[in-house]
Amino acid sequence: MTIVLIVVIVLLLALLGAGTATVVRRNQSGLGGRPSGPTITPAEPQPDRPGGTDVVAESGEALAPPDGRPRLADRLGRAKSLFGTSLAAIRGRARIDDATFEELEEALLLADVGLPLTNRLLADLRDRVRSGEAGDSPTALLDLLKSDVVALFAGEDRELQVASDPPSVWLFVGVNGVGKTTTIGKLAAREGASGRSVVVAAGDTFRAAAGDQLAMWAERSGADIVRGADGADPSSVVFDAVQHAAARGADLVLADTAGRLHTKVNLMDELRKVRRVAARPPGTVTEVLLVLDATTGQNGLVQAREFAEAVEVTGVVLTKLDGTAKGGIVCAIRSELGLPIKLVGLGEGAGDLVPFDPEEFADALFA
Amino acid sequence: MFDTLTDRFDGIFKRLRGRGHLGDAEVGEVLREIRVALLEADVSLEVVRDLVERIRARCSGAELSKSLTPAQQVIKVVNEELTATLGGEAFRLAYAPRPPTVVLLAGLQGAGKTTAAAALALWFKQQGRHPLLVGADLQRPAAVEQLRVLGRGVGAAVFSEGTDPVAVATKGVEEAVRVGRDVVVVDTAGRLAIDEDLMDEVRRVAAAVKPHYTFFVVDAMTGQDAVRSATAFGEALDLDGVILTKIDGDARGGAALSVKHVVGKPIAFVSTGERPESFEAFHPDRMASRILGMGDVLTLIERAEREYDAGAAEKAVERLRAGRFTLEDFHDQLQQMKRMGPLQSVLGMLPGVPKEVRDAQIDDRDVARVEAIIRSMTPAERDDPSLINGSRRLRIAAGSGRTTSDVNNLLRQFKEMQKLMRSGGAVGAAARAGARKAKKVKGGRVTPSLKDAGSLR
Repeated sequence: MTIVLIVVIVLLLALLGAGTATVVRRNQSGLGGRPSGPTITPAEPQPDRPGGTDVVAESGEALAPPDGRPRLADRLGRAKSLFGTSLAAIRGRARIDDATFEELEEALLLADVGLPLTNRLLADLRDRVRSGEAGDSPTALLDLLKSDVVALFAGEDRELQVASDPPSVWLFVGVNGVGKTTTIGKLAAREGASGRSVVVAAGDTFRAAAGDQLAMWAERSGADIVRGADGADPSSVVFDAVQHAAARGADLVLADTAGRLHTKVNLMDELRKVRRVAARPPGTVTEVLLVLDATTGQNGLVQAREFAEAVEVTGVVLTKLDGTAKGGIVCAIRSELGLPIKLVGLGEGAGDLVPFDPEEFADALFA
Repeated sequence: MFDTLTDRFDGIFKRLRGRGHLGDAEVGEVLREIRVALLEADVSLEVVRDLVERIRARCSGAELSKSLTPAQQVIKVVNEELTATLGGEAFRLAYAPRPPTVVLLAGLQGAGKTTAAAALALWFKQQGRHPLLVGADLQRPAAVEQLRVLGRGVGAAVFSEGTDPVAVATKGVEEAVRVGRDVVVVDTAGRLAIDEDLMDEVRRVAAAVKPHYTFFVVDAMTGQDAVRSATAFGEALDLDGVILTKIDGDARGGAALSVKHVVGKPIAFVSTGERPESFEAFHPDRMASRILGMGDVLTLIERAEREYDAGAAEKAVERLRAGRFTLEDFHDQLQQMKRMGPLQSVLGMLPGVPKEVRDAQIDDRDVARVEAIIRSMTPAERDDPSLINGSRRLRIAAGSGRTTSDVNNLLRQFKEMQKLMRSGGAVGAAARAGARKAKKVKGGRVTPSLKDAGSLR
């Protein structure tokens, strides 16, 4: 409470400045036009749009045979054609010199790997060049770096866990706009197709129409959805979903949460509560998945740290990797925090969520 | 938002401050630090190189001045270069001579286009315009519904139908003409720059409605991809500016630095929160000052002007000066302040706020608790807290659901504040600050009273 007084004093000081200014220029906007708070309205879903009709069928098909799944490499052609390959020059070179390392540094930094990890990877590489271990071919050097990146992800358990005693709860957390709801939609389709009965919990009661968005996904995949009123306590929605799942004998509850910046203490507290409530019997929280946008820069590491600290994140879902973003920040997250990267989002269709593959990822990083 | 960058520069310049001379070695060291800081802040690699070179040229070149210390010189140069990189002058929006003025929003998925559309509609309303929102995002499930709900919240009409984006946008503009709306904000689906079909679609939307302004919406947390995406969107669409979203987190906002530089279009607006009110025009000079730890007083004053009741503010200042500031006044001010947004974000804008205070986690619920306590007092008690004896204290605690020690704390601190005000330290300084407000903003000086306030803690 101390802080409030400090702030008020500070603000009053600012007000003195503002006060004098207001005398000169009268407040124009007034308060009449201000909204009187959120309006709560019943849902009136829009007609289903492109992609919606064939998605369910496609998902079953796309997911069943392992060969049919979308691959990162397939998606890269387009990105490459637009931006060229920054490392083509390296392979063409005869020997390793400072320029080679500069180009490697550039590639890593441009992929959002971050300066500390980039420096570490390259220092290690320099040592090995010096000791003769790396040979003298830039191509071999690049391959060595790739295998170092792959090694970052060695030994991670990418399996999505379920409890021996259903229902298991998978909780999805992350900042705004990373694709939590879409990821849940895709997973509901995938898990449903693999024979699990799924309940989705519309725990994002803050963003307008987030529940409607999830409801459309649930409809496509045939999952049950449990919703609350707009602005309702997300914990209560998740609680109801777990109860519902237990009563129906469902295997899995996929719990959506509102996007929140990790700096908002009260919202992070709310998330802690959601996790606590979800873990109450009969529910068991087996996964807390941090959804991370591949375009995220160095702030991703801070996000991961804060969310991990608040709700014991068990893994990362890297979304939107089908664009020009490389998602290199997951390297830093893996090496700093040891979180496994479990899934990758490669598009908007229900089948476009695939297990993370370090080899493909490393290839794409230097493509 | 740019706090970490600010801290880094603080660190560099603290070391520099003690030196009388700036040699090549020092410049090199400073530039290395600046490079690291900028890269960690997600500034595009290309921009970092460019910026560092420009700063180097000016620091070691002929521009050295006798009247400034080396540290001041570097700060001046960095500030000017940051400002130049961020976009020189503030973006100005001119309305179409023949309404409606059409604004098109485009960007990647999840950048915050729909929220920004509603916020922009509110902004136009505050400018005295009559916006119509057009929901042309028919891709994401329930995107139009989201826009409808947000539109209702800000009191702007929303037009959409389930045909196709080009038709919706075209009809939206026709609808605006028909019902006499003078601004149209078109929200489009998120798309990847490399998705040729969708890029073609947004190109056709633009061709159909001929927007007066096309904004690229980008998330402040974006890394090196910001530049790649912005370039691709810039090639497909005739961009006029950028809307930077989610800058209320701790992302260092390097995207802000890079996009303008690479795309050559200014940042027009920034959104500082999830609510439509948290949205403002972008001022590059203020942002550069902020990166350098000088606060953003102008934005704060503007916000205060928008949200504060001038008469009440004047009265409060008067009472403060006279030392007759009561709990009732305090409570009123608290209400006014709450309208300016979360305390944390307001605090971040003030110059010279001690780091401990700025970094302190401020829970807006604490404000509610203080309010509850004050509201549980009688008018007489608010006017003269010395009336409050043991039994009144118990009643207030029970009434507000707090403990008596919470009540005591509040009363003690309020008393201390009053004492401080009366002693003239704060009021005197603040009054002076008010008088030379206009000059002070640029200089970013630490008002002594702010330090006093900090020591209260």
